Amino acid sequence: MSEHILLPEGSIEKQTTTLNLGPTHPATHGVFQNILELDGERILKATSTVGYIHRAFEKLAERRPLYQITPITDRLNYCSSPINNMGWHITCEKLLGVELPKRVDYLRIIIMELARISDHLICNSIVGVDSGAYSGFLYLMQFRELIYEIYEEVCGSRLTTNIGRIGGFERNFTNTAFVKLEKFLATYPKQLKEFETLFNRNRIFMERTIGVGAISAERALNYGFTGPNLRAAGVDYDVRVHTPYSSYQDLEFTIPVGKTGDCYDRFLVRNQEMWQSLSLIEQAYKKVQEFKGAESEVFHADSPAYYLPEKKDVYTKMEALIYHFKIVMGETDIPAGELYSSVEGGNGELGFYLISDGGRSPYRLHFRRPCFIYYQAFPELVQGGMLSDAVITMSSLNLIAGELDA
Amino acid sequence: MPLNNDTIQQTLIRKFGDVLTDWQEPYGMLTFTAPKEINLKVLQFLYDEPTLNFRFLTDLQAVHYPAKKGQELAVVYHLHNLVDNVRIRFKVFTDIAQPDVFSATALYQSANFMERETYDFFGVNFTGHPNLIRILNVDEMDYFPMRKEFPLEDQTRVDKDDEMFGR
Repeated sequence: MSEHILLPEGSIEKQTTTLNLGPTHPATHGVFQNILELDGERILKATSTVGYIHRAFEKLAERRPLYQITPITDRLNYCSSPINNMGWHITCEKLLGVELPKRVDYLRIIIMELARISDHLICNSIVGVDSGAYSGFLYLMQFRELIYEIYEEVCGSRLTTNIGRIGGFERNFTNTAFVKLEKFLATYPKQLKEFETLFNRNRIFMERTIGVGAISAERALNYGFTGPNLRAAGVDYDVRVHTPYSSYQDLEFTIPVGKTGDCYDRFLVRNQEMWQSLSLIEQAYKKVQEFKGAESEVFHADSPAYYLPEKKDVYTKMEALIYHFKIVMGETDIPAGELYSSVEGGNGELGFYLISDGGRSPYRLHFRRPCFIYYQAFPELVQGGMLSDAVITMSSLNLIAGELDA
Repeated sequence: MPLNNDTIQQTLIRKFGDVLTDWQEPYGMLTFTAPKEINLKVLQFLYDEPTLNFRFLTDLQAVHYPAKKGQELAVVYHLHNLVDNVRIRFKVFTDIAQPDVFSATALYQSANFMERETYDFFGVNFTGHPNLIRILNVDEMDYFPMRKEFPLEDQTRVDKDDEMFGR
């Protein structure tokens, strides 16, 4: 008969387990840490730590001319870089007083809504992966590739796009870009429908997500939620409607809202937003096609002092060469002013607070990053839940490390 | 009656009198300055007053103005009335030698991280914050990097000559 090994008196004082979820845990999808205090599998307390990929963007921006800040904004929410780029361009255009032609606005809407689809597509399919359904991810991921091919055709890069310029685009959309867009519009709805059929009424998926990570509308507002996460809690706040930019007021769309603010509602809201984005792209594309003749060649504002000219003009025209030189060397002073401008990013209100004292670069630039602000609700969302629910809540909030840290 | 900047300004002046100064409207957003001692009173009034109803803290950050002696640091609040869809901005200035500002965390949960970030980069000491520690920078850091006295590039470098381009 074997005897039990007796532990010395007082050696087990702690009844709970401490678990480090992150910074490099595969379930966190990004570099941030959650220190969980667990009783069995139940979470008693969560502590969040951020800052693992802080890159001092705000300090960097204080020494750069405006056009050099665009690549910085790419690296905020890198799942939807074009929205960040456009948000920055729109902020600069407001400060400089540049008026955009309608065609440029519609082209921007096409790019921004494509970016929104690629953002929501990743988030929703990852929610699927984290709840044990891998195939949805494989079905949708190939369509992100189609979106990235369109970016590539327009600006030459895929993930960190640096798309567009202050005052428009760097070049006109080629015919290939529109062909690729049409291909995407023709094939994606069918796949999205299939994705919804797989998930929306799937018993396992519903049991895993309904009531998990829920937040009331009041708490969500107090925590500074914006975007799909706020709308899932039942507040119909959308920057595209409240403060229209880039001619969103010309197009018809609805804002899907949820009710309970749990993972399931966030999933449904994002899915519905993808349908709305598809409809917005179709409407904007139709409007782009209405421009005929010389109007269909317009892809930037007539604002030579601030718009970085096309390379072929730089090599052949004197004025373009002069302006190119002045802009690139940072010789163009920007007007003094103070301005807050925001766009509806993939995760919510992406704001730019810009103070200029009239020099070549901003005196102060602050990014209002939606992720950073709503991440502080995470401990409250997961408290009392299971460990596996924390993982799914994290992915359904769509936390992007780049946006957390700036 | 729709809420406009004039109404907001008059309501605030009726309540607080002329301690609120520097009324401006850059790019259409009402902006004013309050003494730092009453920042919470202004926030609470904007929150509670039914005609104003500013209940969403959009953004909170600081700006460093080294030339303004005694008022070097500005803490800037952006508030949003989501019902009438109006935004306002208000600032409080504080001495950099004693940068104490009352924390808004009791009113807005969202202020927690934002105030920690502001502390981290500018050293604004938010009185009453539950957990005022560094958030993005390393804990060992002993300075506040977004202040203007820290230049981005090493000023002692001699291998780069930017004389021609006005840097």
